Amino acid sequence: MSKGVDVNLENVWIRFGEFVAVREANVNIKGGEFFSFLGPSGCGKTTILRAVSGFLEPSDGTIKIGGKDMAGIGPNKRPTALIFQNLALFPLMKVWENITFSLEVQGVGKADRRKRADELLEMIALSDQGEKLPSELSGGQKQRVAIARALCAEPDVLLLDEPLSALDLKLRQHMRTELREIQQRVGITFIYITHDQGEALTMSDKVAVMRAGIIDQIADGKSVYDDPATPFVASFVGENNVFRGKVKSIDGDMALIDTNRSGTLLARMASAAKGTLKVGDNAMMFIRPEACKIATDTSPAHNRLTAKVKNEEFEGQIYNVFLEGSEGKEIKMSLVNIGQQRLSARGSDLTLEYAPEQAVALPAGDLASE
Amino acid sequence: MGGIFRDFFDRNGAGLGIFLLVVVGFWVVILIILPQLSMLDFSFRHHLPPPEMGGPKDTYTIEHYKYLVLGAPGADTSYNVVDLGVFGRTLIAALFVTILDLVLCYPLAYYLGQSKGGGFVRVLVLLLIIPYWINEILRAFAFRIIFGESGVINEVLLTMGLIGSPIDFIRANIALYAGLGYAYILLMIFPIYNVIESLDRNQIEAARDMGAPWWRIHWRIVIPYAKPGISSGCTMVFMLSAGALAAPQILGGPSSLWFTQIIYQWFNQGGNWPRGAAFAIVLLLTCIVIVLSMMRLFKVKIGDIGK
Repeated sequence: MSKGVDVNLENVWIRFGEFVAVREANVNIKGGEFFSFLGPSGCGKTTILRAVSGFLEPSDGTIKIGGKDMAGIGPNKRPTALIFQNLALFPLMKVWENITFSLEVQGVGKADRRKRADELLEMIALSDQGEKLPSELSGGQKQRVAIARALCAEPDVLLLDEPLSALDLKLRQHMRTELREIQQRVGITFIYITHDQGEALTMSDKVAVMRAGIIDQIADGKSVYDDPATPFVASFVGENNVFRGKVKSIDGDMALIDTNRSGTLLARMASAAKGTLKVGDNAMMFIRPEACKIATDTSPAHNRLTAKVKNEEFEGQIYNVFLEGSEGKEIKMSLVNIGQQRLSARGSDLTLEYAPEQAVALPAGDLASE
Repeated sequence: MGGIFRDFFDRNGAGLGIFLLVVVGFWVVILIILPQLSMLDFSFRHHLPPPEMGGPKDTYTIEHYKYLVLGAPGADTSYNVVDLGVFGRTLIAALFVTILDLVLCYPLAYYLGQSKGGGFVRVLVLLLIIPYWINEILRAFAFRIIFGESGVINEVLLTMGLIGSPIDFIRANIALYAGLGYAYILLMIFPIYNVIESLDRNQIEAARDMGAPWWRIHWRIVIPYAKPGISSGCTMVFMLSAGALAAPQILGGPSSLWFTQIIYQWFNQGGNWPRGAAFAIVLLLTCIVIVLSMMRLFKVKIGDIGK
């Protein structure tokens, strides 16, 4: 199989009339990378994918695949293959004909096509299913057929538009692993579109987080999660408790935030906040539910909070505890289930603490809407 | 059998159930089966003056079928060349009209089916439907005027200098084919449009993404998908063209007869109902055989047509 090639978006704008779907996107995807665009629906991620695949032209800017400008080159001439959200298998063609349609287009003879189909069917563990119609396959099998069909033409870049969204949870998790494995085996560039942060974080080398046409952050999954670039990223990727306030003092990497409702709290400055967040600025700080622990020492400190237990949810591997702080401030805490007693005393006071390095301070900005 | 009826009444209730049974039964039995059976019966009887009907001479015979094939007894040719010729020409012309309509309507139906609604499409559909408010005779005569020697088309061609003298579209049967083709355009467009409308656009884009040129997309994806619509459109256009009477009467050239006109003459001018009935039955059965064999050829199931 061909080695993956770079995909570069340089100053790409995509407008539909007055509406700006993608604003000044600059993305450099390295060959062989698993790159995800993560964002809520309507953020422009699918638009970017359609521009890369050639179904629409950017209003401004350049898209390069393998260093070559793609302007004016149609989807059928690009070294990309697209897997659609609904897979778009051809219902009236047999599975093997579906898989080798791109070869049929190239005029490859039937015997050779059949042979290639068998190879690909073996790769996706569906040997003997070639003569069936797509409607006779299960959801996961169809998924794999769509992947094989896209890989058949040996594209340099595989584009995936939320292909797992129609599957049930178990299968979805299984397919994540499988997709990642296939990507590592064939070594080509994968560009993956999703609104599911779990998918983006587990599979990708790099994640671009998008909101309303703007790319907020491009980084590996861990950085996106632990060191968000904007309040939107902090609140969209994973769950976060948000505290608004003003910066009281800064000491090295740490900032002391005078929160509106929860006293003065200490947080690490996010990389994006360094140099921009100043004393007296409006700030937001984020504490992940899993960063919260029950404090044994209840004396006041800049990393402790006292709140009332409101509700408790048991999720299996974790307990979610919902707390109500002063002036109704809601705080969520997640405790790993290690067999401890559940906290059932609703309305009782509880002091939680967190490691200040695990809390993140950022300049105030828009949050992801719930 | 009883189970089916119980199910049917359980699902629809007694009132609606009885209504459906009576209406459909009346339609199928009284309006379709019985008249056809009586025509079939007619076609096997002698042509007798009314007083002799039901008398000793009123026996079954195949003389009318024999007449269609062999001609009048004692004729100079051994086959009925005239009637059989008209019969063959009618079927070929109907086939031609069907193909013409398919070629015209498929792109239009594809466009209508794949564009996502919108004002323009609604206007287009309206423009297609409105001409059908005008009755068939009037439309046929309008075509006669358009295609006439001093009609619009000849005038335009003459003014542009493309032709030296007017073309006789009527004699060449062009007016007839155009008129028939036009008359059944909707019956071709709508079944195809209905099917194509439900075709997932992503399939077309997927094929394009895999490098398929437009003609292969149609050949491998759209046409196979639209096949039920295409066959139901073709069936209707073919049957109705072969059975048309007004358009051939008005638009046909002086030397060309449509088989239905011969049937009409036997019934009406000739007053020979048995012979007319025999000819009509032959036309009907031949059309059915042609349609069924076409469906077999293109691998369409009869159930698909109702889709």
